[in-house]
Order: sequence, then C-alpha cells, then structure tokens
Amino acid sequence: MSLNVESLVESPLTAPRPLRLIDDTGRAAPPDDAAGFVLPDPATLLSLYRRMVVARRFDVQVTALTRQGRLATYPSALGQEACEIAAVAALDTGDWLFPTYRDSIALLTRGVPPEQILASFRGDWHSGYDQNAHRIAAQATPLATQALHAVGLATASKLKRDSTVALTLLGDGATSEGDAHEAFNFAAVWQAPVVFVVQNNQFAISVPLDKQMRCRTIADKAIGYGMPGYFVDGNDVAAMYAVTSAAVENARAGHGPTLIEGLTYRMEAHTNSDDPSRYRDAGDLEIWRRRDPITRLDTYLGEVGALSDAERADIRAEAEDLATDTRECMTRSAPVDPLELFDHVYATPRAALMEQRAFLAAELAEHAAASASSTSSTAEAGGTR
Amino acid sequence: MTLHDTTVTRAPVTLTMAAALNAAIQDAMRDDPTVVLFGEDVGPLGGVFRVTDGLYAEFGESRVSDSPLAESGIVGTAIGMAMYGLRPVVEMQFDAFSYPAFEQIVSHVAKMRNRTRGRVQLPLVIRIPYAGDIGGVEHHSDSSEAYWAATPGLTVVSPSNPADAYSMLREAINSDDPVIFLEPKSRYWSKAELSLPVRTAPMNTAVVLREGTDVTLIAYGPTVKTALATAELAVAEGLSVEVIDLRSLSPFDDETVGASVRKTSRAAVLHEAAQFGGYGAEVAARLTERNFFHLAAPILRITGFDIPYPSPKLEEYFLPSPDRILAALGTWEWN
Repeated sequence: MSLNVESLVESPLTAPRPLRLIDDTGRAAPPDDAAGFVLPDPATLLSLYRRMVVARRFDVQVTALTRQGRLATYPSALGQEACEIAAVAALDTGDWLFPTYRDSIALLTRGVPPEQILASFRGDWHSGYDQNAHRIAAQATPLATQALHAVGLATASKLKRDSTVALTLLGDGATSEGDAHEAFNFAAVWQAPVVFVVQNNQFAISVPLDKQMRCRTIADKAIGYGMPGYFVDGNDVAAMYAVTSAAVENARAGHGPTLIEGLTYRMEAHTNSDDPSRYRDAGDLEIWRRRDPITRLDTYLGEVGALSDAERADIRAEAEDLATDTRECMTRSAPVDPLELFDHVYATPRAALMEQRAFLAAELAEHAAASASSTSSTAEAGGTR
Repeated sequence: MTLHDTTVTRAPVTLTMAAALNAAIQDAMRDDPTVVLFGEDVGPLGGVFRVTDGLYAEFGESRVSDSPLAESGIVGTAIGMAMYGLRPVVEMQFDAFSYPAFEQIVSHVAKMRNRTRGRVQLPLVIRIPYAGDIGGVEHHSDSSEAYWAATPGLTVVSPSNPADAYSMLREAINSDDPVIFLEPKSRYWSKAELSLPVRTAPMNTAVVLREGTDVTLIAYGPTVKTALATAELAVAEGLSVEVIDLRSLSPFDDETVGASVRKTSRAAVLHEAAQFGGYGAEVAARLTERNFFHLAAPILRITGFDIPYPSPKLEEYFLPSPDRILAALGTWEWN
C-alpha cells in the first residue's frame, strides 16, 4: 500500500479561509469567518487606523531615503501594517516585543523615535534605541533566533510570577528554521506567556511558501506543539488585533503560548537591493493591492460613520509631520566615535583590548596630525600664489 | 536539611571536581535567588556526570529544570531569561552537543552587549563538559575551545582541579558577562581536600603551578595533569620545568605567561584539540610577537593530531603524553 499525504489529510493541502472580521471590501465579515471573535469598537479601530496610516507614511519615506542612498538598507513592511500595528497594540507597556529587521514600523508604533530606528540602517550602530526603556529587543537579523529569546524572557516572567508577556514577530521563511521549532516546543512545554505572530508575506526573499513547507497553513503547526493556532487574514487589522489581544491576555492569565499566522503580502521588494520582478507575478501585486489593510478599514470606518474627512486630513497631517521629522533626522549628523568600538564588548575592560584601543587612538591622532599639516601646507601653498 | 552559611568557611572535606562544581552551583543558588539552572537531565537525575546532583530536590522545579532536548533552545531561552534579570546556568551535556547552539552563542550571547551598545548584558554561564580521555564513543570527546575563544564577547575558562572548579564557577555565575565554562571530563573524578567556599586566583588569570627554570609548559583543563606529570619525569633528565595552568583562555593572561617565558626562554603549549588553527597557535603567536628576543627556541605546540577525535581504543595514541612531550622538548637544540 502506498502512503501519501493526501490520504492522511481530509482536505488535502488546501488552505482554509482565514479568520477575518472585516472583508476585502471593507464590510463586516460573515460570522463563519469571525470564528467567535468580535469586531473591536470603532474607537479602537480608529486608533489602529491612525497608527497604520502613520506607519505606512514612515515606511514609504524610509524606502525613498534608501533609494536616495541615504540608508544602507531598509526592509520594508509595506502592506503588512495590520500585522505589525495589531501586534504592538495588543501589548501592555510592560510587555516585551521581539522584532526582526522587517518590523521597524512596530518599533515606531511602540514609540521609538525615527532617528533611533534608523541608526542601524544608516550604519551608526547595530541597534539604536534603548531596548530596556522601550521593552523591545534589538531587531534580529538571524532568522527565528529571537523567538527563543522571547520564550526565555516570558519564562523568566512566569518564574518571577510577573504578568509580563513576550510577543515575537516572525516571517514565513523563518518557520523553516530549527530555532522556530525549538521556540514553539519550549514555549508549549513550559507554558510560557509568549505569543508568536508569524507574518506570512508569502516570500522569503524570492522563495515562495510552497517551497518552505508542505502543510496547509503555518498555524496548523501549532497543533503539533500542543498550543492554539490561528490562521488570520493578516490584512484585516480588526481580526489581527482581536486574535492577538486574546492571545496576549490568555498568556497573561497563565494559559501559555499561541501561534498566530497573519496571511499578508510583502508589497515592496525584500530590500532595496532585491528585484521582485525576477520571481513574482505583477498580477499578484494588483490582487493584494485590492486587499490593502488601510483602504479596507478606511471604507469600513467611513461606512459606520467613525471616520470623517476632517479626521482623515488630521491623520494625514500627523503622518506628513512624521515624514518631515524622518527626513530632517537624516540631515542631522550623528558622529560615531571609533574608540567606542571597544566600549561594549565586556563588562570589565580587558588589557589586550585596551592595547588595541590605544593602537587605534594613536592611529587616529596620527591621521589627524597628518591632515592638519596637509591643510596648513595647502593654506601656505595657497598663500604663495 | 541544615543549610550552611555560604559565606562562612566550612571544615575541610575531600571532594571530586564534579562535587566541587555541584557545591559551587548550590552555594550560588543559595546566595542569589536569581540563579536558575536548566538543561538536559540536570533535574532529578542530577546530570549525566552528577554535577547537578541534589539541586532539583533542594531548589525545586522553578529553579532547576529538565529542558527539552535542544541545545539552541537551551541557550536561546537562557538569553531571554538573562534579559529579564535571571542568572541562568545551563549545561550542554557534552562538548560536541553544543554545536546546535553555535548560532545562539556566537550571534547573540557573544554580541548582545555590543549590539545594544552596552544596554543589555547577559549574565549567563554555559557549562560544557569537554575533551576526551574517558573512553567515550564518538561525539563525546571534542575539544571545542578554539571556536569559543575566537569569538569576541565570550569569556572562556577551564578549571583543572576541584578548588578552581568551585572558585571559578562561583566567579563565572557572578560575572555580568557570559562565560563558556569548559569542564574537563577526565578530571571530574579528581579529588582534593577543600574548605568551602574556597577562593583561588581570579578566574581571568593564569597561575604558575610548578616553578622551573628551563622550559615553560602551558596547559589548561585536561592537559594540566599531563604537564605536571611531565615536569616530574623531567627531573630525572635534569630538566627544570615550569608549569602554567592558563585557567582562562579568553582573556589570555599575557602578563603571567609572558613573564614565565621570558624567564625560561623556552615554551611549549599543550592541548588535546587538533593543532591546525587550534588555541595553541594563538598562544605561540602572541608569545612570540611579544617576547621574541627572549626566546631561545621556537614555541612548540604539542597537541592532538589533525584528525577527528578517535575511538576509545585509539585515543591513547592521540592524546599528548608525558613521553611525547619530553620527546618534543628534546627536538630543541639545547646548549
């Protein structure tokens, strides 16, 4: 007898409909799609809307700055605002966020100033904000590694009988990493107060999800770990917020971890050095543009009378102010001190490292002296003409 | 159970290195409620080498726990715990089983202070039973110190005797930097009479274990015993051998070792790990750079061969022995 996956799964490899509260056209989704979750009230939705609009303006602005060569790189989250903003909105100020390089708008939404977010992308330092003050770990570049840190922090919170919850953002590609498996498993075994939000934007740089996995959804994997999993319309901020908030409160109440998959689409390239035309169909982009998270909520809020043109203008103005601030912060020079290279390697300075520091200091002094003398000799040369 | 005061010196007892390590963790956990311990089989079993024996019974599940069998997960979650104010002590069970945690150690444990510009520190200890000479089957006898020592941000130490095992582990647990704590498996059953809480030289320093005038043998972890045995044999050959126990591989104690080499003018470094790209290469290079005009002969590396660690019946041919060391010293021109 031959064994195949199809014989084991009732609905072979066909993804179910994602959980949603507001559909693509901006109307309340049918109860079957809501799976018992309730639409957040209009004031909450308006707040989410405002934060998505502001975040998108920031993202677009930073992508533009990167194209101008002002930043080394910027991984955009254009189109993923619902996942990002819902994740942050679901957290209390005491909770911890463990983001990746793509989640800069989550940092922004949690209150990190643009200049500090961009410090890493313009090359000032690896991470430019105060992780402890914002309760946001340094953005992780190695995939899925930060998920284990989130599980560890959440476990420490549980051991100390605190109410702190950790939430980590992951991408679809990262779920192939061993650390994602270990994080899901440790979290479930230890019943850690942690929430995994996987933004399934369908591409790991160029590789589509069907080359990452053979199962229907990422959320299905939760079953194997013994934790709840939700497959959610990642462009419906109402659904993402309702499900993520429930997961956070569930974790806080001592009921362990949750895996949430937000089905979305990366509207931009992976980074500015990527060329999506080599691997993506332009038609897909058009389909996903029609599912835009902001447009959809705009329609909904407009129809229920919770968003006026005056409010739209007000939000747009806030977004433009932020874009202006973001451009301006790039014009401010952020001098880097080469000698700081040695400051944050060990708690206690090491003799051998201090020798290397002294070596660099001497080299810098020599360069400074050489450049001062060449400037003065240029001035002298100019004087003789 | 009567709890001893961990700050008062107790009556001397004979302890193995494994028991001294156990006492160090126990005392650290009694002194500091933020110290937690987890890893594979460290709970009710007390670890495969019994280093954590009895700790689960004393401190309970909340502070001593068996983790899922996944080394990256152990180190990765320890990072998150350290970020939240705990001081995790984790065990890798065997040297070669630490490799699944390589990324977490190299990309996060070592770099976190630097990535966060000094804002996030990781006070955690990764205990790794390491090296061979115990008749272990494959993947149970690796000397992986060069990987860790080559990584900026890590402190890498290895005790060679029970007193150092206790003292250095206490210091490692108290350190605000992450420490790779390499425990030489073949020395777990070595014994010493100790008055706990014994304190030896600071963790980041080398010590001269035996003074000599003709040659300096630089050893650490399992090869310290070999070096001492060699020095004893050398007496019959009229050779006065100084033995240095490095104790700390990163940082390297240039001062102590350099002074010894300048005194004897000859040095050899010993380790079980393969020679090529091994830790001994760094020792020989930096001692030569700094002390060239004091040297009478090239610094030798007397190490394992450049092969994967052999099976039990063959390991005696692989490990540097006193005879092999003396023969190597005989290759120098002595005049």
